[in-house]
Amino acid sequence: MRTVLFFIQKEFIQVFRNRAMLPIIFIVPVVQLVILVHAATFEMKNIKLAVVDNDLSTYSRGLTSHFSGSPFFKIRFFSFSMAEADKHLLDGTVDAIIAIPDGFEKNLVNDNRSSLQLIINAINGSTAGLINAYTTGVIAAYSTEINQTKSAITANLIPKKLNMTYTHWYNPELNYKTFMVPGILVLLVTIISFLLSGMNIVREKEIGTIEQINVTPVKKWQFIAGKLIPFWLLALGELAFGLFIGKLLFDIPILGSLWIIFLVASIYIISILAMGLFVSTVTHTQQQAMFISFFIMMIFILMSGLFTAIENMPQWAQWIDKLNPVAYFIRVMRMVMLKGSGIHDIRTEIISLIVISVSLLLLAVFRYRKVS
Amino acid sequence: MVNSDDIIIARDLVKKFGDFTANDHLTFSVKKGEVFGFLGANGAGKTTAIKVLCGLSYPTSGELTVSGYNIYTHREKIKQNIGYMSQKFSLYEDLSIVENIHFYAGIYGLSNKVIRERTEELIGMLDLQNVRNKLIKDLPLGWKQKISFSVAIFHRPSVVFLDEPTSGVDPITRRQFWQMIYDAAHSGITVFVTTHYMDEAEYCDRVSIMVDGKIVALDTPLNLMRLNDSVNMEGVFLKLARQ
Repeated sequence: MRTVLFFIQKEFIQVFRNRAMLPIIFIVPVVQLVILVHAATFEMKNIKLAVVDNDLSTYSRGLTSHFSGSPFFKIRFFSFSMAEADKHLLDGTVDAIIAIPDGFEKNLVNDNRSSLQLIINAINGSTAGLINAYTTGVIAAYSTEINQTKSAITANLIPKKLNMTYTHWYNPELNYKTFMVPGILVLLVTIISFLLSGMNIVREKEIGTIEQINVTPVKKWQFIAGKLIPFWLLALGELAFGLFIGKLLFDIPILGSLWIIFLVASIYIISILAMGLFVSTVTHTQQQAMFISFFIMMIFILMSGLFTAIENMPQWAQWIDKLNPVAYFIRVMRMVMLKGSGIHDIRTEIISLIVISVSLLLLAVFRYRKVS
Repeated sequence: MVNSDDIIIARDLVKKFGDFTANDHLTFSVKKGEVFGFLGANGAGKTTAIKVLCGLSYPTSGELTVSGYNIYTHREKIKQNIGYMSQKFSLYEDLSIVENIHFYAGIYGLSNKVIRERTEELIGMLDLQNVRNKLIKDLPLGWKQKISFSVAIFHRPSVVFLDEPTSGVDPITRRQFWQMIYDAAHSGITVFVTTHYMDEAEYCDRVSIMVDGKIVALDTPLNLMRLNDSVNMEGVFLKLARQ
């Protein structure tokens, strides 16, 4: 154990002596939280619309004014020509076209029904889905409004409608920042842990000090523990710092217990560190380690459910995700922070993380060789 | 042990990398307290041999005993009893002199008291009082090599392996370095040193010359010079290496 302490002391001196390291540890979290949380949002504002109004009636103008009055839409073009609107959609000046056909009002008054055309640029599928939902929402609201004004006159002619009201639990205002902060914190801890550990042993290989350690009677577990513990402590400190900044800047809710967050984090960080150390033992230069780390991290993060829902992935991808520690930890963070889940609710995630961490750790210890 | 005076006993030691035989049936023994020179041109297989002797690399075949322990069965015991200074500089550049000593001594399991005492002794001996907290990277190469050697023998091993410790060092520092080697030998540490400076070979008690992975000569420098009709080791080396 004393040997391990000497390693820990040495690693800490080296990390804090490295002038590039302190800014990375303390500035990166702030920058990530401030930039990513604001930038990585799915909220749509300023959807650019082209309106092709061939009816020019009271009702068509009423509909148009609903769009121009909404904070989500900006009407960029009014036109009578579909071809012209198409051109704008093609060159990207608008995201969607609403075409109101001739006779829109006439049909509405006579038949109580009428149709509209909505054309959406669906290059980005999820954006298109959102535009569709928002547009439909505006049209539905308008439709209800028309019904109400008409019902004053012909109350009995209007069919009864089922109305649905909803509340959003756990994130009542559908605040994207609330949703993103837990995930971004995971990202932060992951990147710091992975890079610190992934670059470490390979750096000692490059400068040759690993050989000097390998001729000493230091045992494998002492070496790995001596490398893991300092980074483990740093990563936990980083998480605490991130939570503090998140609370300070975004007032993110932390409904669950901080102890649970840190308990799960401490297991999770081991898995990431072990993976980093493993990368470090199989590579020979920091450049190789960097490429491999980057590759692994990218896949893990993109599949983690941070930006896209895991439930929407194909079945095989969901199976792969069972091995993805990032996915478990993001889920846990969201559940504990937003829902206030307790240990019992996240036991599957905890057990999975323990299994992953232990396996990766064994792999790293096994792969590290004192003798070639 | 065959002979209790022999601290390194190698018999038919072979190390192959694929088809390439880096060490071809090396058989030699090193006596306790001896300064043993391991000579050879670049690529002759000196570093490979030293790595096998230190337990950093597995031999392909052959017998090897270091400090009374078998390399196959007691690798970690050997490691407790040897010191090693590699060709590649191996102190931490971003740690100070004292921090480096402290770390390496610590992982050898020395007690804090011993570490403190020997550190002070060493600092005094090498006259490092004013630079003790300087980072290694800010020191000249000659100093680094001396500190590196001192760290390698800090835990008082029975053998120390030095892989070209003086390459790139000026003649004055080389002299001082050899004085340190002699001091270590006097205190009972066996010194196994590779070099390609032939004048240094003459400082050794015994010398082996390696050519293409084989040991072609092993004797005292004086005997080697006499046998090969040469006035210095350089002549001996050139004659043997060109055969």
